[in-house]
Amino acid sequence: MSIETTPKQSWWSRLAHPGQFVIWSRPFILPLAVLTGALFLAGLYYAFLNSPADYQMGDTVRIMYVHVPAAWLSQFVYGAMTVSALGTLVWRHPMADVSMKAAAPLGAAFTAMALFTGSLWGRPTWGTFWEWDGRMTSTLVMLFIYLGIVALWRAFDDQLRAARVVAIFTLVGAVNVPIIKFSVDWWSTLHQPASVFRADGPTVAGSILTPLFIMFFAFTFFYVTLQLIAMRTEVRKRRVATLERRAARGEAA
Amino acid sequence: MTGFTAVLRREIRLSLSGGGEVLTLLLFFVIVGAIVPFAVGPDKELLARISPGIVWIAAFLSMLLGLDRLFRPDLEDGTLALYRLADLPLSAMVGAKVIAHWLTAALPLIIASPFLAMLLAMDGPTLTRTILSLLVGTPALAAFGAIGAAITAATRRGGLIAPILIAPLCVPVLIFGVGAISSQGGPDQAGAALLLLAALSLMAIALSPFAAALAIDWGED
Repeated sequence: MSIETTPKQSWWSRLAHPGQFVIWSRPFILPLAVLTGALFLAGLYYAFLNSPADYQMGDTVRIMYVHVPAAWLSQFVYGAMTVSALGTLVWRHPMADVSMKAAAPLGAAFTAMALFTGSLWGRPTWGTFWEWDGRMTSTLVMLFIYLGIVALWRAFDDQLRAARVVAIFTLVGAVNVPIIKFSVDWWSTLHQPASVFRADGPTVAGSILTPLFIMFFAFTFFYVTLQLIAMRTEVRKRRVATLERRAARGEAA
Repeated sequence: MTGFTAVLRREIRLSLSGGGEVLTLLLFFVIVGAIVPFAVGPDKELLARISPGIVWIAAFLSMLLGLDRLFRPDLEDGTLALYRLADLPLSAMVGAKVIAHWLTAALPLIIASPFLAMLLAMDGPTLTRTILSLLVGTPALAAFGAIGAAITAATRRGGLIAPILIAPLCVPVLIFGVGAISSQGGPDQAGAALLLLAALSLMAIALSPFAAALAIDWGED
């Protein structure tokens, strides 16, 4: 199939054209996947074999290397979705719709992972799987918002119309992200306060910080890879839907 | 302003007459509240302790139940298309609907809450605080609800999805609503919760007509 582009388009609109996107994004996938795999190998080696056990928590501290990056991504993905929602509302760009739609299930998965690993970690250290503490409650609310967005996408048949409506809801739901971020400072309940991203520098020992940062990057690149694949799939799904509609009208595709 | 009051009047007249939705929601509110003692047991002390939460949950659920009638009937019979062509801005129309929704879905519940309080063995001072916190907090529920109803109006399965979308957004309203009643943290903390609840309500009322109007405008064309 040919992709029609007029010669006068800027590099930016060429880059963001759905047909062009499928072409230029293809060579990125394999390197990203390899980079993600390498980061995970290094990160897991550090996390399990080459980092000390905590003097208080023992080996359970290693759950952190999965828990903290997943929790970080649960907020980061919502941030990406919010930016995409602005792209949909302000520029009505189809690739912003696609990126917003691809991110929602991924964000839901990372949030569920953060809640699950947090609960596994909470049992041995705090003696409970679940506590109605500020950070946990707001993260649970975030999971519900993600799932609501996924359900909302599925409730529409027309994806262009869905995108604009979902974008409005995404922006409304964005108020929860700062609440999660600052919940540990506002309600000092069970969850420990921020210890890595602090204005006065991290309060975590360097031997633990190194594997944590590698895992941060591993998870983030994992997300970027999945996001790119999901966006390519979505563009192709929409193209198939268009071709099917054309075929149903009896036009030559 | 005449268009605004015309919409407001029409909404109130529609929900008072015909299907009698006001009565249905009121009945639902009382039944949800009355069914809790069957589930947790008729221990009066326990009921008195959890009664503010029960009243808030019952009010929250019955307001969610009334959401689907907010925009969908107007969308189906074409009234919404007329509203979009009218001189009155769409956001003002939504504002009138939110006010009408509060008057017909929330106010009757607040008036009926002493009856529920009696069933739940709630004492007098708590009842006063409950009514106050419902008065301050339910506008936020109506405003958030309008956003959810507007977003899902154009979908076929919207009636089920709106409550799922709206419930997480209403969590702070419930927290501060019940916090304003409870006397555990002392009067200062209850007063602070009431102020935060008022802030939530004011913010929600100020923003929701625009978000909901945008969703209606873009949801169907």
